Amino acid sequence: MGAIHKGPLLRLLVGERGTAVFLVIVAMVGIVVPVLHLVPAEGSALQLSGYTMTLIGKYMTYALLAVAVDLVWGYCGILSLGHAAFFALGGYAMGMYLMRQIGTRGVYGDPTLPDFMVFLNYKELPWFWHGFDVFWFAMVMVALVPGLLALVFGWLAFRSRVTGVYLSIITQALTYALMLAFFRNDMGFGGNNGMTDFKEILGFSINAPSTRVALFMASALALIAGYLACRAVTLSRAGRVVQAIRDAESRTRFIGYRVESYKLWIFTFSAVLAGIAGALYVPQVGIINPSEFQPINSIEVVIWVAVGGRGVLYGAVAGAVLVNYAKTFFTAALPEFWLYALGLLFVVVTLFLPRGVVGLLDRFGRKPPPAAPPDPEVVTA
Amino acid sequence: MLLVWATIASSALAQSPNKGPDEAFATAVAGLASDNFPDKSAAVTAISELHHPNGRAVLATLLDGKLYFRNADNKVFITDGGEAQLALTDPLTAKAAGDAAPDDFTRITTNNSLRKTLRSAVASFALSDPDADVRHAAVLEMLRSIDEDSVVILRARLEKENDAAVKKAMREGLALADLDSSDAETRLAAVKALEKSLSPDVYNRLTAMVVAGEDGAYPEPDERVRTTAREVIAAIESSRAVYSTLETLFFGLSLGSVLVLAAIGLAITFGVMGVINMAHGELMMLGAYTTYVVQQLMPDHIGASILVAIPLAFMVSACVGMLIEQGVVRFLYGRPLETLLATFGVSLVLQQVVRDLFSANNRPVETPAWMAGSMQINEALSITYNRLYVILFMIIVFVILQMVLQKTSLGLKVRAVAQNRNMAKAMGVRTQWVDALTFGLGSGIAGVAGVALSQLTNVGPNLGQQYIIDSFMVVVFGGVGNLWGTLIGGMSLGVVSKVLEPWAGAVLAKIVVLIALILFIQRRPRGLFPQKGRAAEN
Repeated sequence: MGAIHKGPLLRLLVGERGTAVFLVIVAMVGIVVPVLHLVPAEGSALQLSGYTMTLIGKYMTYALLAVAVDLVWGYCGILSLGHAAFFALGGYAMGMYLMRQIGTRGVYGDPTLPDFMVFLNYKELPWFWHGFDVFWFAMVMVALVPGLLALVFGWLAFRSRVTGVYLSIITQALTYALMLAFFRNDMGFGGNNGMTDFKEILGFSINAPSTRVALFMASALALIAGYLACRAVTLSRAGRVVQAIRDAESRTRFIGYRVESYKLWIFTFSAVLAGIAGALYVPQVGIINPSEFQPINSIEVVIWVAVGGRGVLYGAVAGAVLVNYAKTFFTAALPEFWLYALGLLFVVVTLFLPRGVVGLLDRFGRKPPPAAPPDPEVVTA
Repeated sequence: MLLVWATIASSALAQSPNKGPDEAFATAVAGLASDNFPDKSAAVTAISELHHPNGRAVLATLLDGKLYFRNADNKVFITDGGEAQLALTDPLTAKAAGDAAPDDFTRITTNNSLRKTLRSAVASFALSDPDADVRHAAVLEMLRSIDEDSVVILRARLEKENDAAVKKAMREGLALADLDSSDAETRLAAVKALEKSLSPDVYNRLTAMVVAGEDGAYPEPDERVRTTAREVIAAIESSRAVYSTLETLFFGLSLGSVLVLAAIGLAITFGVMGVINMAHGELMMLGAYTTYVVQQLMPDHIGASILVAIPLAFMVSACVGMLIEQGVVRFLYGRPLETLLATFGVSLVLQQVVRDLFSANNRPVETPAWMAGSMQINEALSITYNRLYVILFMIIVFVILQMVLQKTSLGLKVRAVAQNRNMAKAMGVRTQWVDALTFGLGSGIAGVAGVALSQLTNVGPNLGQQYIIDSFMVVVFGGVGNLWGTLIGGMSLGVVSKVLEPWAGAVLAKIVVLIALILFIQRRPRGLFPQKGRAAEN
């Protein structure tokens, strides 16, 4: 790091109090939780169960997804109702790698074909399954598949200036179409059972405590990295243009910016982040199936962001964790109450909390809103 | 041949003594008690010629071996064939004639040739029934196991038959029988006669003729007959293709009607008011549940329950819709994305309410008798009534809605507010009030659509979700703010889906349609019929 970069880097890390708090909390959780899981003796009061650690790990992948949605919705005004599709695609890419790792340990013991293919009378591996036995290839696909889909879809949509609710509805149609497709058995992705029963990742047993800790820490790292990347994007010159598009699209276009290109790149970047989140999610929960593509999943992500406070990255993280903690709590304690709570959350947040929990805190803390006039230095830099 | 002779003999028998029909019938029946088969046979033919109302029963009983004559006076009786006791029926009056011991009676025996004559005679009774449907059924019954005798009977009846459908079935049966003839010319004529037939039997029979066996020999030896058969098969195939296209078109139109019904309420709230109502599907669900409740309240009048449910469903959904508008949507005008999220929350709540009130399982909604069944146009095409009614219902709803929007003062205000809210306000239109009513109207139509859906799909808490994306697609495809666009959009989506289904499968067809729509919106972001003029600028 040279001296020239020191200023922006500091701004990136601690320029915003919320970000600094977020970084500290995630870093602490990323270290303390594994320690509490591994060090105290089994059954001791201090020991954190594997279940709790995996749950927190799952929340962190959700948080990364929420950050990705916040980037396009909060900063660019694109309300995507299909981001869970990118998440699920990343998850499927990871799932395919994990399926290939099962090898002969499956029920049918076929060295190349996963169980469901043997069951469905596949004679050989479909072409799109080749290469997924190699980890790096699968990881490339985790980013490439959602990214490419977002690129093609976004290129078509933004080029013809599909905006607002129209865009929301066709993104919803996209995830709906994908859901229908993945439910089909002859698509070669396991049909409605999806993929499960994973054995190992990179040669380590997927159920071993050490592997779980590694996955947990990877999620924490991915969340921090993804968050910082998004923050860097929003602080950059391009990020300012993106926010200008959100606030006055036509004016930005008339000033001379290529609105479509900015939208396309931010949308694609966000889809890649969602795919990475999905890839970390699958080995921790141990299953991926087409219900991940359900339109309601995408809408739930949007409500996480809305609850946390859109247009604020740490708000998205807070919203994801809060809503999902509430969901875990309610679905266990009062299952029939959860949909009421979620439904009312949608109504209450949109009617009374347009800036979410973060906005609420700001109001009590008497802080200026985050959408304050930009620092003149950045504009001229 | 036997029968022809018998016919001549019997007509002589029936005509020569110039007696009344009952007397002639009595004579003929008495003849059955004869001890030699030629006499019995003549009596059978005489009975079948007389067309006496009881004739069929006598012959059928004889065929069953339950016709007896009294040893004392040779009088013939219809019996139940009981072992210990015979329940007698007088064949002349068809009235019960008491019970008797079997010892005093002798069973009238039959032989093979007599049974054959009897079978034909019984069949020809049905064939001369005054009711064309009975005759048709009899012909079809005979065709199931066609033999030489039935061919002779059919040929004889063909001359006298005057009902077109029965005649057609007869010709078809005769031609099918002729295909077995040893004479190539007869077979050739038969094949030609089958050209217009659509029945699967005919098709299978003809195709079997021209497919070579393992030894390379054809079941049909004559080359000319085979060539003609191939031509006829091609003709049949093409006319069947026409009918199956018609059927697909009909399925498509009925699916399209469902889509239009589901989308047209949305076209009002989304198209006219610019409000995204994600709870629209749940308003349809409420309409379907209203139908269920109405049927529970009047279980003895299922036929009328639908008619009662339509206005009730409109009221229920319209009220809930107006509540949503007053409670949520009103505060979010001009912020469509927020409206979308808030109404989505409402939809979750409504689903859970229904789950708590009626359980999460599907509720059974009965189909009234007048909507069940189907209309058989011909052997290749039949139309189910519920699909037909859905199309009709959609047209009625559409017309009423257009009338409301075009001819009433509410409609005028709705259009005014849609075109220019501020100007309408300045002219004294109470826009808040109009908004609530418009939303209520759109929601009420959703409820009415729910009544129709309750007849076509499962009524459960997820009913709305299945249709919401399709409905939005229809509105977006047709063009916002245009009911005609919704109509044409829904109908074409329905037809396209059904056309794609046979070679892509239902799920894949749906995916293809969705992708095609996504691409279509790229080309024409404002739908098939975009709004023109100033209203389009918003």
